[in-house]
Amino acid sequence: MTLRDPMPHDPLSAPERFLRPARIPEGELDSIVAPDTVPAEFHEPLGIEGQAVRRGDRVFAAISKGAGIFILVLTGAIGLFLAWKAIPALQSNSVNFFTTTEWLPDSTPPVFGIAALAFGTVMTSIIAMGLAFPIGTGIALFIAFYSNRRLSSALAFVVDLLAAVPSIIFGLWGLQFLMPRLEGPISWLSHWFGWIPLFSNPQNIYTRSILIAGIVLAIMILPTISAVSREVFLQVPQGHREAALALGATKWEVVRTAVLPFSKPGMISAAMLGLGRALGETIAVALILSAVFEINWNITAPGGNTFAANIALKWNEAGSNGLSALIASGLVLFVITLAVNMVARLIVARRREFSGANS
Amino acid sequence: MAKQIDITDLNVYYGDFLAVSDVNLKIAPRSVTALIGPSGCGKSTVLRTLNRMHEVVPGARVDGQVLLDGEDIYGDDVDPVNVRRLIGMVFQRPNPFPTMSIYENVIAGLKLEKGRRIKKSETDDVVERSLKSANLWEEVKDRLDRPGSGLSGGQQQRLCIARAVAVQPRVLLMDEPCSALDPISTLAIEDLISQLCREYTIVIVTHNMQQAARVSDTTAFFNLAGVGKPGQLVEVGQTQKIFTNPEKQATEDYISGRFG
Amino acid sequence: MTTPVLTTADVSLASELRGRRLPRWAPAAVAAASLAVAGVLLGIGVIDGLVAFAVISALGFALGQSVYSFVVEGRRHAVDRLMTTAIYAAFVFALAPLVAILTTVLVRGLQVVNAEFFGSTMRNVSPIRPGGGIEHALVGTIEQVLAATLIAVPVGVLVAVYLVEYGTGRLSRAVSFFVDVMTGVPSIVAGLFIYTGLVLTFGMQRSGFAASLALLILMLPVVVRTTEEMLKLVPNDLREASYALGIPKWVTILKIVIPTALSGIITGVMLAVARVAGETAPLLLTTFLTQSMNWNLFNGPQASLPTFVWDQISSGTPASVDRAWGGALVLILFVAVLYIAARLLARAYAPKTR
Repeated sequence: MTLRDPMPHDPLSAPERFLRPARIPEGELDSIVAPDTVPAEFHEPLGIEGQAVRRGDRVFAAISKGAGIFILVLTGAIGLFLAWKAIPALQSNSVNFFTTTEWLPDSTPPVFGIAALAFGTVMTSIIAMGLAFPIGTGIALFIAFYSNRRLSSALAFVVDLLAAVPSIIFGLWGLQFLMPRLEGPISWLSHWFGWIPLFSNPQNIYTRSILIAGIVLAIMILPTISAVSREVFLQVPQGHREAALALGATKWEVVRTAVLPFSKPGMISAAMLGLGRALGETIAVALILSAVFEINWNITAPGGNTFAANIALKWNEAGSNGLSALIASGLVLFVITLAVNMVARLIVARRREFSGANS
Repeated sequence: MAKQIDITDLNVYYGDFLAVSDVNLKIAPRSVTALIGPSGCGKSTVLRTLNRMHEVVPGARVDGQVLLDGEDIYGDDVDPVNVRRLIGMVFQRPNPFPTMSIYENVIAGLKLEKGRRIKKSETDDVVERSLKSANLWEEVKDRLDRPGSGLSGGQQQRLCIARAVAVQPRVLLMDEPCSALDPISTLAIEDLISQLCREYTIVIVTHNMQQAARVSDTTAFFNLAGVGKPGQLVEVGQTQKIFTNPEKQATEDYISGRFG
Repeated sequence: MTTPVLTTADVSLASELRGRRLPRWAPAAVAAASLAVAGVLLGIGVIDGLVAFAVISALGFALGQSVYSFVVEGRRHAVDRLMTTAIYAAFVFALAPLVAILTTVLVRGLQVVNAEFFGSTMRNVSPIRPGGGIEHALVGTIEQVLAATLIAVPVGVLVAVYLVEYGTGRLSRAVSFFVDVMTGVPSIVAGLFIYTGLVLTFGMQRSGFAASLALLILMLPVVVRTTEEMLKLVPNDLREASYALGIPKWVTILKIVIPTALSGIITGVMLAVARVAGETAPLLLTTFLTQSMNWNLFNGPQASLPTFVWDQISSGTPASVDRAWGGALVLILFVAVLYIAARLLARAYAPKTR
């Protein structure tokens, strides 16, 4: 019996022939595979029958999928429950929730609003970001490009250690150690720059202020910004840095031309992650800031409040409407941090498709 | 200006390790010199010492002299930044800056040097001149503001060449410029090299012997003295001669493919 | 080969190549000068205090070096040096607080920490008097964190398994995204959620266990992410070899993939524990504080290390503040040991990726 070429002459070129399945003309199949030439013993069942997907696999897959769904349910539930329990207070509020500064939810009628809380939260976070972003970026650049190779992983470890310090300790240290030592420099700042309304301080008291809280927050979010930025900088392909160097660039010019533009989305993401942490920080702020329900533009003077700190401080003395009001403020905080974090993640995800993938 | 390089008694060290020893090489002006040899023999290392790029590796240093038109580029008060402007380099993998447009890529080196004080008319001239020198002008002249990374591999490499010549170097170093490219782009770059050498002195490292034979006037063959020994310049001469009638046995063995 | 002919163009080459550089001792000299100037200002009383001295010398150095470099080396190198200085300074700004915190906690805490501190509670100890200890707080923290870990690890590992082994399509991307989002949930919101969800809605007691559940929310994303990374590092060849032997997928995962990644998973768990052991805010909302020992995680008020520190610092008396530092020292030791051990373990056992 001759072996015949099963594929008819195909006018397509060779590569295309591989893409299209070879078609065997009708009636030729039987002559290719001749069952009557195969010995009988090979016709026995091979014992591979069974379920296509085993029961164990199905169960396990379902369990791990369930765990995944649990994450979605959990995140949704947080928002849902907070909203649900916040409603009673919001409904009972006799003034505008967003523009009022007072916080008297248990009084009759309830009068409370988040204006002061929002102001304090935003101010402390802005100060924290303003200090931590340049310094954190600088640290990341140092570890990635300026330090000794052997040192850099040790240095990275040390900076990350700062991230492991619990916030209560930052609060304790900030209150007891840093604040007394900052009084001098801050009073100097207020003395010389008091003509800017932000820094004026009519009572000349420089403790327990938004500025000090912001400074402590900055130290707390430094490791976050630094770690994320560092990852981003290390991902800049060496080719780009070499290209800049070969054009005759100084070290800083290499960073400025090849590293920073490439890393922009990552740096923004790092900043926003740091911001998210600053917004939600409770204990350090609660210990340092003197809790007052006002919008205080004199950031070097005592007084201010944030969403998180307020919840911690007012929790145990709150009546039922008070609790509900605190929950409402917590919901606002949740939504804000959620938004900031989602935007940060989306920025990196979106830009990754555009720029880095091509090179 | 002559645009020639004279290398005398060059030894390259990484820390205490001697990587390449005793290189003596004269690179004639406006010619193409190819450095060939098996991998690890030090040809790229030597190339990088010609524009002091090896200095980014901590502990790397050289002994000996490298003269550019009579001036020692390793002189005491010589600024490596200036050396790299005068001796340009093109790399194995094309690396246009991804966040810059084609236009911005070409003038990147110029902007570093002159700061912001250059007029648009000046930069327009430079861009057109450089892209024409790189045989890329016709293909991209209508999309100069598109990102540099959107071009094909061969076009990107020509963009890198345009970027390198925009700062008007005297010498152009090329470190295996075609090894990441397809054969058609490779041919285009080789054609470009024969045109560029009318204006610039070119030193090219290649592991592709046929390319060296096609493109260069002078060929220098590097080899390792032995396992764990430093690389050496074994033989240098006119390309014709090296590939048909080399003097050293090692050269002939490498050319005929007995090793490497 | 022709010998070079010196032309006028070559004369200018020399000047093009050369750049005047600052001598090597220049930065040190500028530093010394600025320290001296700052010292003089301190001495004659224009500035006051260590912080001011440091700031003035740093600024003086930056200014002096920039001017010196600009004159000698030119704009580009002056800018380069300035940025290098700034970047080095940034690093000092990171180290300084860490060193300050660690030394302060050590110095102030060691004054209080002794055997009695570990062995007694605050029961019947008056806030204004020294004495008492953290035994109740230590027990509370250990129980609460342990309970959280016992739930977080299986759930977190399963989610990571889902993402790595089964994950394709929209559900998997959504889960991954929301895990990332969960890392950003503020700790106080986690506490709020447990309170509203379980205490208010289902009538659960405020207890150590409620705190555990809040900590669980904070631990989960960390466990998921690190486990996910570890699972991804397991080479695919290993899985394929297992399938080729006829081993079903779920057994492969349980018996081959996870054990291979185990050291990395343990590292991730330790990091997660280090993160939540120091959390105060969620505990304030979900537990009632007490000064006495309570071994029961599920019933009644229970203390913990972070809330101990909070409580003591809130009292404000000198004796209480001292105790707060003592508690802080124990807490930071606990966290630091976990963290460092986790990192060392990771370095020792992780497959080399570079």
